[in-house]
Amino acid sequence: MWKLFHQFGSPPHFYRLAGYLIPWFGAAALILILIATYGGLVLAPADYLQGDGFRIIYVHVPSASMSLFAYTLMATAAGIGLIWRIKLAHAVAAAVAPIGASFTFLALATGSIWGKPMWGTWWAWDARLTSELILLFLFLGYMSLRAANDDVGKADRASGLLAVVGVVNVPIIHYSVEWWNSLHQGATIIKLGKPAITGDMLWPLLMMLAGFGFYFATVMMIRTRSQVLQRERKSQWLKSL
Amino acid sequence: MKKRYQRGIQVALVLAGVGIAVTLMLRAFDENILYFYMPQQVVAGDVPDGKRFRLGGLVIPGSIERAPGSLKVSFLVTDNQKTLSVEYEGVLPDLFRDGQGVIAHGTMDDNGIFVADEVLAKHDENYMPPEVAEALKQVHGDEES
Repeated sequence: MWKLFHQFGSPPHFYRLAGYLIPWFGAAALILILIATYGGLVLAPADYLQGDGFRIIYVHVPSASMSLFAYTLMATAAGIGLIWRIKLAHAVAAAVAPIGASFTFLALATGSIWGKPMWGTWWAWDARLTSELILLFLFLGYMSLRAANDDVGKADRASGLLAVVGVVNVPIIHYSVEWWNSLHQGATIIKLGKPAITGDMLWPLLMMLAGFGFYFATVMMIRTRSQVLQRERKSQWLKSL
Repeated sequence: MKKRYQRGIQVALVLAGVGIAVTLMLRAFDENILYFYMPQQVVAGDVPDGKRFRLGGLVIPGSIERAPGSLKVSFLVTDNQKTLSVEYEGVLPDLFRDGQGVIAHGTMDDNGIFVADEVLAKHDENYMPPEVAEALKQVHGDEES
């Protein structure tokens, strides 16, 4: 177990493994997103109340889930890096931050676009929207803190602590719609009892979620590889590559 | 090994500390984080006097009255416990209709009528095609009759 942990933490091993996986993950992402786009925009019926406007769900929900997933992954990686002093873990955290920030921005932007016609407002300071905005600031804060430090080791530790501390925001975002009266509606997919969305609308959404997941993994591996190249530029295994 | 253990405890302590601090803070701010009040909270006097606040609830079907020749509209909002009368002048969101969840921003006047200057529609978490909605309605109607 520990051997596997350390082997995975070794940059050359990761570099090779990621190089092998990237094309497969990329292809899976492309196929899933294409099918889900067709399913969501063409095959799925219009909503009884929102008409075609509901279709933004196929971008909004996957990006919002990815933003939470990205933050949890970044915080976990940063925590592992802080405790076990594994440099690769910090490289993963640093690679994930801009991707997570992009997904967060996309979730906020698509939510705003949907909110204007449906709710009647672009923005409301309700618990869900505000906590998601804080998530964006956490990602941006992590990135700025990294950029402010020239020494990679120091940047890893300072920004890593911010990432770990910020993880308390993740459950707040997820449960905000249950804990407080909010303008944002409750969860549709993760819900006990009868499904809140019909099957013909649901499958493109699930497929899009999987596609976004593969896309995230692909970009994360590409970015982590470039982090590794930069961090290990003086090491022997890279020269022999 | 020992150092690693120490660092683990440090990180866990910082996280626990921040977690507790945030929990206490959110509990203290609980009232302010509530985006809206329900009619029963308003009737029970949970809302500060004379202040602007948001009122949330369902529009009672058939209660929407539009004044001819203007944008004035009045309707009843309920949470199935208490009901309040709302007056509003302006453009309503697309989703506004009988039975819709709405959030109105404004103040209570002396006659117990909520005068709103902004009305938002609150969407629920259900998505379905029109045929399914129609079928559900019929099933529901049969149960009632």
